[in-house]
Amino acid sequence: MNIWLIILLGGVLTFAMRLSFIYLMDKIEFPEWLRNSLRLVPPAVLSAIVFPELLVVNGQVNLSLDNNRLIAGMVAVLVAWRTRNTLLTIGVGMGVLLLLQAVR
Amino acid sequence: MSEKVQITEISIQTSPTSQLWAGVRAELPLLLGVIPFGMIYGMLALEAGLTPIAAQAMSSLLFAGSAQILTVELVRTATPGFIIILTIFLLNLRHMLYSASVAPYLKQTPLRWKLLLAYLLTDEAYAVTIINFTEHKNASYRHMVLLGAGITLWSAWQLSTAAGILLGAVIPTQWSLDFTIALTFIALAMPAIRDRPGLVAALAAGVTAILAYSMPYKLGLVLASLVGIAAGMWSERSR
Repeated sequence: MNIWLIILLGGVLTFAMRLSFIYLMDKIEFPEWLRNSLRLVPPAVLSAIVFPELLVVNGQVNLSLDNNRLIAGMVAVLVAWRTRNTLLTIGVGMGVLLLLQAVR
Repeated sequence: MSEKVQITEISIQTSPTSQLWAGVRAELPLLLGVIPFGMIYGMLALEAGLTPIAAQAMSSLLFAGSAQILTVELVRTATPGFIIILTIFLLNLRHMLYSASVAPYLKQTPLRWKLLLAYLLTDEAYAVTIINFTEHKNASYRHMVLLGAGITLWSAWQLSTAAGILLGAVIPTQWSLDFTIALTFIALAMPAIRDRPGLVAALAAGVTAILAYSMPYKLGLVLASLVGIAAGMWSERSR
């Protein structure tokens, strides 16, 4: 698919979702279970992206301590959990990865 | 008597300008995280082979940081377009929740304003706006708060994208910034995990993503997201 078509379709889709309830509020009552399941979307999607990034190296699952990205990622998870600071999470995670790559 | 009441109400009323500035001021601290994010996006977009114009256009048409970085990553790995669109849909589904959350406060707002405000309803603009809305329940011109926060974020996003595109042309590709994507998503995911169902959703999605990694067209990502959401709902129900 052409990159411009992706940008356009993705943009229209995103705009429609942002407008959805702002526009529909007076017209429909949405059920509680839908509200709850929407709340679960960010943790599910984001970790579905992050897990393979950390654990799959050259097409193989690598759960060992040799996996620099796994260790740097675990440290980043700790930093993100304790501080909720995006910049600090990126900084510390990159720092640990570069350090491990330099040492090993 | 009724006159007096009215006078008191008027005295706590806010002007459109003061509400606009309240939104701008609330948004400013968040730019510290947004500007490097925008620059990283700009650089990654060029690395993935997008033209500078397409990279900048995505920032104004899609205007969603994590979806943009993900799109660029999927384009780089030659993922089919319909999977990219489906992934954008899933990743941005949360905006429907934001939309539902601010909607009661914008009921009286004219449609043309609703269209503009919906375009500006990003994670960061939503976050500061909903805090203002819930703290100042009786304030007037509420939509101006979202406008102020939204425009501030929009400007920072467009400019930092442009800066990243300019730097991307200078910085060698061997710098390999790809790990910052995973780190950014970690930083976004952790605050989103607020309770046990959230944690269950994240873990179930992550494990499924690993198990389904070899599925074609990155369908594993979509499957993992759906499994995660289902597991989270199950956890919610069994409490």
